[in-house]
Amino acid sequence: MRDAMPKWADLVLIPLVSLVLAFGLSALVILAIGEDPVAAVRMMVSGALGSTYAWGYTLYYATNFIFTGLAVAVAFQARLFNIGGEGQAMLGGLGVALICLSLPWPHWALALPAAALGAALFGAAWAAVPAWLQATRGSHIVITTIMFNFIAAAVLNYLLVNVMRPIGSMDPATAKFPSGTHLPSLHDLLAPFGIAFSRAAPANITFLIAIAACVLVWLIVWRTRLGYEIRAYGQSEPAAIYAGIRPVRIVMAAMLISGALAGLMAVNNVMGEAERLVLNAVEGAGFIGIAVALMGRSHPFGVFLAALLFGFLYQGGAELALWTDIPRELIVVIQALVILFTGALDNMVRMPLERLFLALRRGRA
Amino acid sequence: MTLFHKALGATAALALCAGAALAEPALIYDLGGKFDKSFNEAAFNGAERWKAETGGSYREIELQSEAQRQQALRRFAEAGLNPIVMAGFAFGSVLEEVAADYPDTTFQIIDTRVDAPNVRAIEYSEHEGSYLVGMMAAMASKSGTVGFVGGMDIPLIRKFACGYAQGVKAVNPDATVIQNMTGTTPAAWADPVKGGELARAQIAQGADVIYAAAGSTGVGVLQTAADQGILSIGVDSNQNHLHPGQVLTSMIKRVDLAVYEAFTAGADLETGYFVLGLAEDGVGYALDEHNKDLVSAEMIAAVEEAKARIVSGDLAVHDYMTDNACPVK
Repeated sequence: MRDAMPKWADLVLIPLVSLVLAFGLSALVILAIGEDPVAAVRMMVSGALGSTYAWGYTLYYATNFIFTGLAVAVAFQARLFNIGGEGQAMLGGLGVALICLSLPWPHWALALPAAALGAALFGAAWAAVPAWLQATRGSHIVITTIMFNFIAAAVLNYLLVNVMRPIGSMDPATAKFPSGTHLPSLHDLLAPFGIAFSRAAPANITFLIAIAACVLVWLIVWRTRLGYEIRAYGQSEPAAIYAGIRPVRIVMAAMLISGALAGLMAVNNVMGEAERLVLNAVEGAGFIGIAVALMGRSHPFGVFLAALLFGFLYQGGAELALWTDIPRELIVVIQALVILFTGALDNMVRMPLERLFLALRRGRA
Repeated sequence: MTLFHKALGATAALALCAGAALAEPALIYDLGGKFDKSFNEAAFNGAERWKAETGGSYREIELQSEAQRQQALRRFAEAGLNPIVMAGFAFGSVLEEVAADYPDTTFQIIDTRVDAPNVRAIEYSEHEGSYLVGMMAAMASKSGTVGFVGGMDIPLIRKFACGYAQGVKAVNPDATVIQNMTGTTPAAWADPVKGGELARAQIAQGADVIYAAAGSTGVGVLQTAADQGILSIGVDSNQNHLHPGQVLTSMIKRVDLAVYEAFTAGADLETGYFVLGLAEDGVGYALDEHNKDLVSAEMIAAVEEAKARIVSGDLAVHDYMTDNACPVK
């Protein structure tokens, strides 16, 4: 079955066909409410890719999705379904906020590694409990991680409303981070090279960290002993145990890496964009990460590409909402169609294509 | 009337139209969405009233993400829309940054204070309005137990609850006020099923009047109260009509008026910080044909007296937000 198709078809052709189908259906939806689908697509493309301002937003969203997508992908290599990216990223935000607010940071270059470490630690700690329950008690990771999302929301809500909110402020959010923690945006980074990047866009240095994280995850999963053990455990638990791999260790390691990656997302949205911790800082990126990982076939490069696509959908959707009368709900429908086709309906595209390739091969033989 | 005059009139009209087109106003809804039957919808109604009366047009956007706050403000300001009205305190910190970059645009923010030369900031004294409906609840209650269902557990909603409890205790110091918040995430603003369950639980504990300050979650509270034959109190918009004869009153907050007035004033909108309380008719209780049989003359007399004392400064209703604490439970 694995060799039914060449690798390029598996990695490129199937997602591409799924996308075309999703956009075709979206066009019908837009037609049905009396708007012009061609104009809508043009607005999405120019709004998400047409200027450095647009790219700045697309890359900002993509950075979030790279981290949460990698988080799901790493856990999935061990066949653990980490639905808790949302809560882990929330706690990561708490780690970033505590570190940024507790010390008078003189320069972002010092604050960034410390905040990243805090984000990763808090995210990993939040993943550790469900991981331990799964490894030693067999409590299903899907149930426990999703429950932990709610606990994370409640914890954050309690802290923001009762402890960290400045008195008299209406917003359940922390105070603004001091200026020593403000991360350079892509505008600041590209200015020395004579590239004029939009000042208003929120994309920042965290995008480079996200790319580094992709490389690092690839190295860990495919070039280290731990990564080999994680993949072996994912392929077959009895075989892995027979080979002397300890399941508790693998489950814990995979989930801690996963939680740390999800937590790292907070460096982008909390430290890089909002520069304070707000209640719904994550706003669904943890769940989008699942779709990103599915679409990216749990491979870092695939995750990177899928995250870019979702960044495009988010920013393009925002432009649609700003300048057309397409209601917000229908923009979500368009985004959902893409997720449905690329994630859930994978086999619908895969099976006919596989049959096609088999027929072609038989014809040649 | 000469031809010349007609031509002059036409030119003037044209100039007016051009001016109106240039200064198209904009309205930005918060994450709750336009049709929440409450806060955002009140803002929408104000804008629609302006549209119907003037025939003008306006731009609007329902946000999907936090990052879009700044994006929407900047894009609308760059497009020359003026004034730009945003419904919700969560825009506060973003507006503080953005306002200075667009000195020629006037911004209006509702529910929080932003100090900038081109910002009109409006806050409401929800605790005063809640105090009045709390008095009415205590007078209408036969069991001596009344309920409060809040939306998301944030300081603003505790401000509602605290004002309400003070009003109840002012009438009946022995009364019990059962307080529940629907949740701790923004989903708590849109969960009518859970609102209904909370109302049922409060009824089981003896409550016979329930005040809902919970966005569209409150619709479920009002529904359950009506089904179980007890009274309820609506919030933000006048919700008396939802269940005629079964909603005691509504604590109205005139967000619609704030949006309508901002759109009417256009680019010449007066900036500054305004607190709208009972004295300014920014908040109040609703009295109409749907609840006239529920509200006795005695109730109106008591509430009007309290209102006069609050307006004159004789009676100070404690504002939860000033010290994050409430003197009564």
